[in-house]
Amino acid sequence: MDVKTKFNTVVTVDEDHLITIPEGLFGFEDYKRFALFDSEYQPLLWLQCLDNQNLAFLTIDPFLICSDYELDIDDKNLSAIGLKDPADVYVMAIVTVPADGGAVTANLQGPLIVNKKNRQCMQAILADDRWNTKYNILAALKKREESC
Amino acid sequence: MLILARKTDQKIRIGDNITLTIIEIHGDEVKIGVEAPKNVKVFRQEVFDAIQKENKAAAAGSNTLNTLSQLLKK
Repeated sequence: MDVKTKFNTVVTVDEDHLITIPEGLFGFEDYKRFALFDSEYQPLLWLQCLDNQNLAFLTIDPFLICSDYELDIDDKNLSAIGLKDPADVYVMAIVTVPADGGAVTANLQGPLIVNKKNRQCMQAILADDRWNTKYNILAALKKREESC
Repeated sequence: MLILARKTDQKIRIGDNITLTIIEIHGDEVKIGVEAPKNVKVFRQEVFDAIQKENKAAAAGSNTLNTLSQLLKK
């Protein structure tokens, strides 16, 4: 389908990249439908809201930027999005780009968990205090670029 | 809002299956035991607030792409 983006462009997104977040993101509970597609800056992805064109987030695969990242979420919570098989899990971290040019960070404490089978998603909150909401990713991204 | 006083080792029962126990009181700090079913999400309020605040900060602004391109050029 054609998706209108926050930046007034139109992107064609396959049906299998449309995501539903039944409970919404914390602070954005009213917005449930999103499209996921590549951003201008690999490996960042856009999570563009379909209910509100003005709402969009950049996300990144947290395992690309933090090799020892891990998350332990109770199975009962995951059942909210019908997730049973670990093979169906796709994890994203939301990226913050401060307008003042401050560090670009990923929220490793509140990751998005996607069930690849039904494309339902939830935002988890990790109790593990190794992860916080502001993991600096720019250095990790640069390192990755150089090695590619 | 229910407001009540409890002493060390006393409990508060919430609904059928949530129990709070006052484990220890030390100055202005209280140690609380929370027994709740695994599917009940229990967080420190500030952790929950931090996630919500970060989501709001992360919602892309009109300058996000410009900012990002400048940062990645450096």
